[in-house]
Amino acid sequence: MKSSVITFPGSNCDRDMDVALKKFGFKNKMVWHADAELPKSDLVVLPGGFSYGDYLRCGSMASKSKIMQSVINFANSGGLVMGICNGFQILVETGLVPGVLLRNKYLEFICKNVFVKINDKQNKYFKNVNNDVLEFHIAHNEGNYFCTNDQLKKIEDNNQIAINYCDENGNIEDQFNPNGSIKNIAGIFNKEKNVLGMMPHPERMIDTSLSGEDGSIFFKNLIKNLK
Amino acid sequence: MIVNEQVAVDHGLKKDEYAKICELLKRTPNITELGIFSAMWNEHCSYKSSRLHLKKLPTKGKKVIQGPGENAGVIDIEDNDAIVFKIESHNHPSFIEPYQGAATGVGGIMRDVFTMGARPIANLNSIHFGSPQHKKTKNLLRGVVHGIGGYGNCMGVPTIAGQTSFDSSYNGNILVNAMTLGLVKKDKIFYSKAAGLNKPVIYVGSKTGRDGIHGASMASANFDEKIEEKKPTVQVGDPFTEKLLLEACLELMAGDSIIAIQDMGAAGLTSSSVEMASKGNLGIEINLSKVPCREAKMTPYEIMLSESQERMLIVLENGKEEQAKKIFDKWNLDFAVIGKTTKSKKIELYFNEKKVADIPVNTLVENSPMYDRKWKKSKLPKKNKIKKEDIKHLKIIDTLKKILANPNICSKEWIWQQYDHTVMGDTIQKPGGDAGVVRVHGTNKAVAASVDSSAVYCWAHPLTGGKQVVCESFRNLISVGAKPIAITNCLNFGSPENEENMGEFVECVQGISEASEYLKFPVVSGNVSFYNQTKDEGIKPTPAIGGIGLIKNYNKMITMDFKEIGNIALVIGKTEGHIDQSMFARNILNEKNGPPPEINLFNEKNNGETLLKLVENNLIKSAHDVSLGGIITAVAKMCIKGKKGINLNKPKYLINEMEYFFGEDQGRYIIEINKKDSKKVTDILNKNAVHFDELGTIIENEVYINDKTKVTIDELSTSNKSWLSNYMSK
Repeated sequence: MKSSVITFPGSNCDRDMDVALKKFGFKNKMVWHADAELPKSDLVVLPGGFSYGDYLRCGSMASKSKIMQSVINFANSGGLVMGICNGFQILVETGLVPGVLLRNKYLEFICKNVFVKINDKQNKYFKNVNNDVLEFHIAHNEGNYFCTNDQLKKIEDNNQIAINYCDENGNIEDQFNPNGSIKNIAGIFNKEKNVLGMMPHPERMIDTSLSGEDGSIFFKNLIKNLK
Repeated sequence: MIVNEQVAVDHGLKKDEYAKICELLKRTPNITELGIFSAMWNEHCSYKSSRLHLKKLPTKGKKVIQGPGENAGVIDIEDNDAIVFKIESHNHPSFIEPYQGAATGVGGIMRDVFTMGARPIANLNSIHFGSPQHKKTKNLLRGVVHGIGGYGNCMGVPTIAGQTSFDSSYNGNILVNAMTLGLVKKDKIFYSKAAGLNKPVIYVGSKTGRDGIHGASMASANFDEKIEEKKPTVQVGDPFTEKLLLEACLELMAGDSIIAIQDMGAAGLTSSSVEMASKGNLGIEINLSKVPCREAKMTPYEIMLSESQERMLIVLENGKEEQAKKIFDKWNLDFAVIGKTTKSKKIELYFNEKKVADIPVNTLVENSPMYDRKWKKSKLPKKNKIKKEDIKHLKIIDTLKKILANPNICSKEWIWQQYDHTVMGDTIQKPGGDAGVVRVHGTNKAVAASVDSSAVYCWAHPLTGGKQVVCESFRNLISVGAKPIAITNCLNFGSPENEENMGEFVECVQGISEASEYLKFPVVSGNVSFYNQTKDEGIKPTPAIGGIGLIKNYNKMITMDFKEIGNIALVIGKTEGHIDQSMFARNILNEKNGPPPEINLFNEKNNGETLLKLVENNLIKSAHDVSLGGIITAVAKMCIKGKKGINLNKPKYLINEMEYFFGEDQGRYIIEINKKDSKKVTDILNKNAVHFDELGTIIENEVYINDKTKVTIDELSTSNKSWLSNYMSK
């Protein structure tokens, strides 16, 4: 399986994603934001970081960079595009997934492990994952997901919520919401579910020495679903 | 502007220093030249009060590749890998403008590290604030934490450990010390020594603005009531540009076009060009009209003294300009050829085709002032005798809870959760342990790092305190299973012109020297910050020590959480119940006098090295050094982390129970071992003449002190974790 990770000026989780994808069997290529063409890919990843220093609005300038037109075309033709953290913020700015990401409710950067409940498994990302709850890791300042009531209705009608913040038993409650997101939303799909944006970093959870191993479950499953 | 003695004094120079400048130049300097002298001769850049004493520090060792004198120190971690590291203060700016002050402190130290060709792999910090009740403390703490996070998080470098304390002596002068470690191949280290004639001198990075002019001079003076007026001397950071600069520099460094490279830190273009020329024994000619400026009509004086961030000066090989420019264009950074190296051994500056400065390099460096300041030796205070009636009414559990909730002991999770500590995917020990640990990417090795200071001990007796900080750093590295290699120091003191403050400095440095010499734990880099005082009141002497250790196989790393019920806990090192200057004495008995605990360097070394033997033989399940709050506090933290309890044995000693549990004797650790390994462990300890006592057995959920006294781990955890977040949310 071939993957591409886009490096924007200010991306800083691009290497981590490269390491993770290769570990689970992807042939990964790093792609520079100023390139026009995507290499042939089964998966495109927009990594975490601070593209363009988060200036103007998180993800907004990166969403207009040259490579993004190819990424948007790829997504619109059904290709798998995953945005993690700043990548999610970029996806939101392109309109590929609905909603916006505001500053965290308590106005502080948060770096810690969280539990997320998988809301939908009828998609390439979470199909066949045995667990309902995964332990992931977040590190962000603007992960407070927000959308209008109309948008939320559509999102729910189409079952577009990918994962919600919860406790270790899968209870989705306010006290387990780290950043104030509507409905504890941690990740969301486009209507067709080939585009996934999420705040947690599965690439930081890929061996026992790190924060945990649930990221391994995610990546192992993802490559299996693509084969 | 006409330069005279008054103008020189306004620049922070002393009258005799001004006379010396005129004598060296054999004429009156012009204003640009005076600015350059004031920047190079201030305390911050010239180390004029400290140089004499810093010479005593042991700086050599088998693993030392580069000691003090470069942008940062470098140590060998085998297999052609090396670690570049340094700690630096940004105290004054952080008090005036906490967010930017702290942020640019982090940015500056990272630049020092990647200037040498190393990719930063971990950040640490040591931050000290006034009393929690002081009206400024909360905002300063919030601002500093946001600033450190704002810069480090954006750079994508994990902040893996740190230290925070509160003491009223920092009410008017907080401390912000930032430390960075970088990884580099031994044969790809870059230095700041210029070489060769007519080599192009290149300016890269951000444009030069008017921010930070006289920053280094500001950091070399006492604070007074007009301090708010100095806000414009604080630099403004842009971590995004620094991230680009990092990537661009490392890309250029992969080739062979750089002769020398130096970041523009304190005193900006002035100190970077002077240092490169001085080390290479050359001259440098710069055309200031070519320096990329952010604002119109900047004068030569402003350009030379600006401390705008995220800038570098590079001496390139001839003919490599185009190739280098391409890289900086790719990263959208300014690139300008602004001058060349010359044989004149002078700094010659041109602006609009006119010569605006002409200074022999040696007058700025070798001939800069050096003072043998007067200093006062301090006496070892007399021991206090604890009166029985003072402690009779104290209950051990209540006391423990109070100590666990003390601002200087409590959990600092509120702080480190705001720092990205997991980016780069190699953090295998997060903040909150004895040391942070990151893997050397793609290998089985890991590097442990810790930053420590003990201002109270240093204040009570500087010589002992200086030794203690080095030992504490040593112990923290041992506790995670790392072999200590070298240290960096950040020496934060009051005014060197005050005999007592100067004495604290001299004796702390002596203590650091003795301990680092004995433990073979050399000082490879560092920084001195004097004048940490407001009006006449100086801070407690606060040397911060950043220690680095190596773990050859990261699977052998040790953490402090108790692991398994039924295992036993031992105290390594002798407990004598030293209570003066302890958390217990100062905060529970309100007794602030007396000597700090004694340091026995033989025991420190022997205990630590023996522990590493146990680690090597896989005999240690968890470990934690005994520091503030004594045995019971250390045990409580291991219980909280491991969510387990302990049944403590009755102390064998004749000393009082309070002294036994809360005493702060040095050189001690608590280790957890499996019962079946007991004989193997005690054999090794006995063979090496290491004193130990059996402390208790690990059980579920509760701490039993004797049959009648117990407390749940949840209660202890609440005491430990709630103070800081409650304080900050009020």
